[in-house]
Amino acid sequence: MTRTRTRYDGVAVVAPVTIPYVRYSNQDAHWFLARALAALLKSSGLKKDQIDGLGVSSFTLFPDTAVGLTQHLGVSPRWLDHLPFGGASGVVGLRRAARAVQNGDADIVACIAGDANHVDSFRRNLASFSRFARDAVYPFGSGGPNASFAFLTSHYMRRHGAEPEDFGKLCVAQRDNALRFPHALFKKPLTLDEYLDARPIADPLKLFDCVMPCAGAEGFLVMLEERARHLGIPYARIAGTIERHNAFPDDPIQERGGWELDCDDLYAQAGIGPKDIDLFEAYDDYPIINCLQLEGLGFCRPGEAPNFIRNNTFSIEGTFPFNTSGGQLSVGQAGAAGGFLGLVQALRQLIDQAGKTQVVGAKHALVSGFGMINYDRGLCSGAAILGRAA
Amino acid sequence: MTTDALKRPPPRNPILPLRLPTLPPGSRSRAALHLTAAVAEGRFELQKCHDCGQIQYPPRDACTACLSVRLVWQPISGEGELISDTVLHHSNELYYRHLVPLRLGLVRLKENVTVLSLLHKECPAATAPVRLRAHLDKAGQATFIALPTIDTPNLADDRILREMTSDPKFRKVLITDANSATGHALCKALVDAGADTIWAGVAEPWKVRPGFSSIADLPKVTVVPLDLTDNRSVQDLAGSVGAKVDILINNAEFHRSSGISDRPGTETARAEMEINYLGMMRLAQSFGPAMRARAADSSVPSTAWVNILSIYALSSLPSQGTFCASKAAALSLSQTLRAEMRHAGIRVVNVFPGPIDDEWTQLIPPPKLPPAALAKAVVKALQDGVEDIYPGDVAQDLFKKWRESAKALEREMWGQ
Repeated sequence: MTRTRTRYDGVAVVAPVTIPYVRYSNQDAHWFLARALAALLKSSGLKKDQIDGLGVSSFTLFPDTAVGLTQHLGVSPRWLDHLPFGGASGVVGLRRAARAVQNGDADIVACIAGDANHVDSFRRNLASFSRFARDAVYPFGSGGPNASFAFLTSHYMRRHGAEPEDFGKLCVAQRDNALRFPHALFKKPLTLDEYLDARPIADPLKLFDCVMPCAGAEGFLVMLEERARHLGIPYARIAGTIERHNAFPDDPIQERGGWELDCDDLYAQAGIGPKDIDLFEAYDDYPIINCLQLEGLGFCRPGEAPNFIRNNTFSIEGTFPFNTSGGQLSVGQAGAAGGFLGLVQALRQLIDQAGKTQVVGAKHALVSGFGMINYDRGLCSGAAILGRAA
Repeated sequence: MTTDALKRPPPRNPILPLRLPTLPPGSRSRAALHLTAAVAEGRFELQKCHDCGQIQYPPRDACTACLSVRLVWQPISGEGELISDTVLHHSNELYYRHLVPLRLGLVRLKENVTVLSLLHKECPAATAPVRLRAHLDKAGQATFIALPTIDTPNLADDRILREMTSDPKFRKVLITDANSATGHALCKALVDAGADTIWAGVAEPWKVRPGFSSIADLPKVTVVPLDLTDNRSVQDLAGSVGAKVDILINNAEFHRSSGISDRPGTETARAEMEINYLGMMRLAQSFGPAMRARAADSSVPSTAWVNILSIYALSSLPSQGTFCASKAAALSLSQTLRAEMRHAGIRVVNVFPGPIDDEWTQLIPPPKLPPAALAKAVVKALQDGVEDIYPGDVAQDLFKKWRESAKALEREMWGQ
């Protein structure tokens, strides 16, 4: 029996907020998450007690979870979600919040993600990231995600003939976009030569292939469209969403993220195809993951991302507007907020609040998330298509 | 690419600062500790589901195929293919900052599991067939290194492999009792293994065994006074050579054959404890601190401490009750020693031989372990980086029985 999925009709995504990133901060995750919630209230004109749903993603909230945060921030939600999905937490948080609002379990859900970055906190997080990481990854060189993505990148290059210039083209384009994005930590242009000549980190990865850990927060609100209209705040609608965890466990090494399993479903929900996407906010902790998303979400066939990159341009006015904020590679990776960055930026694009990064007239934005290198591969994948409100 | 043969290191330049020991990350789940336990005894095993036969890695609490929690450990050949590799130029841990650039790889074993591993210098680039070997790392936990499929002349001299092993080549060794059958054999075996210096301890130089001069005259061997029953003697020797000992082999023992109630008095038992138990403690107090301090120094740092215990430390042989009790005490003490030396990455190797073919086991029927076989096993344990060894047929037999049922073995020992 094939069931027809209920659409996300009537659900609005509003109030994109970013708490400016900093390389290192003395503040804790609670501080950043509090500021994100406050910014959501300010942006929407809502009072704190009107927030009756809360979704939280953070790596550095320990020993707290979303539960402890309710008392810390003085909120009494009737719907609460802790989102341990790392880079997929934005998409996953969105689709859960949407269902809660749609079914009346909550009226207004605040989705917030944020992390601290104290000096040395990145190392400590790596050492205890997951049980498999503690047992079978971190003791071997302690390279963190750099080493994990080096394996995937090296394999992909061998298998599909990708060249450093292909990855470099994406990184350079994203940096161009970042120069127009006020919250980006990287303020200087990047040339292809600088990219190629950067110091090696974990072969074949060089410095500009790797995200820079930092502190910061992101947030958005989910509510019914009629509520958003009543509040007089612009919104985007949700055309379709997917998530998948631990896809393709028998692949000896990861060369597919998981989107492949649900890609057709995603576009069927939205009633559009890849060619109708006006901009793509991909999860980009390393360029190789951009390639897997381009392939997994239907823009090219498996192994053909290098050709796709060679045949397109990725700046805001390019043939394929891509990571219009500059992405994590040029904005910085504020922990779990990295999993919200693309979604929040896509929302800005669809309500014409993207400033200098605005893709003029964008109707459909694709947002993709990828997270949690538990052992040898990322386990969580998700994607959402957001649409401009009618 | 070949490995350069290790060269004799130059004398330490005293102007250079002492590099302090650091360790790779040593925290593991309970399931992963079983992997370490096998490696500590020289076995390479992965988890296997008792119900459906699935092999899995990393270690889990349930079968990833059928969810059974009946998991056993299965010996693994290590044959596999290197499917991807990298050179790490940056590490987040102090220990590895001294070792970068460092090669790492993903090895797909023929059992269809993917293992993240360190790579030997001679390991070919991906993709290529490799041999995966399991070792203990400096933190005393299981680690992996992928090797080329065939042995090459200087394979053991790879700098990453030497982090995991304690090969005596070019190392300075103290043997606590050279004036015994095992001491003679150990001196010879360590000279053959390429040790740089051997200090041969003798407690009573006026009554050496026949043939002692042939040991004392060996190149590299220097006879030194050492009486483990005398604090002062141990401290004096530590004062003169303690800052240079890379490997300490404690083979000194006092061995008499008696039960505990057949004859009056505790003098024999006390004498056994003085050497077998308190002797080790005196050594630990005098030599331990300097060995720990030098565990990361120069190209040939201090690396290992070997205790010659006895298989009867696990289960008493009633006819030699006091000796067994002293060895059981020594075993317990060695576990504390291991825990204390762990912080510097010094490996404590415990050797559990059966009866050794010497004057104190004349009435025990064969098979008995020839001293030369014991010495060979000790050298191999150091070269392989193994933590516990049970050399000889009797030790193997009793160890197997002890693992099956310590209680049943206790009854069996009555008849021996």
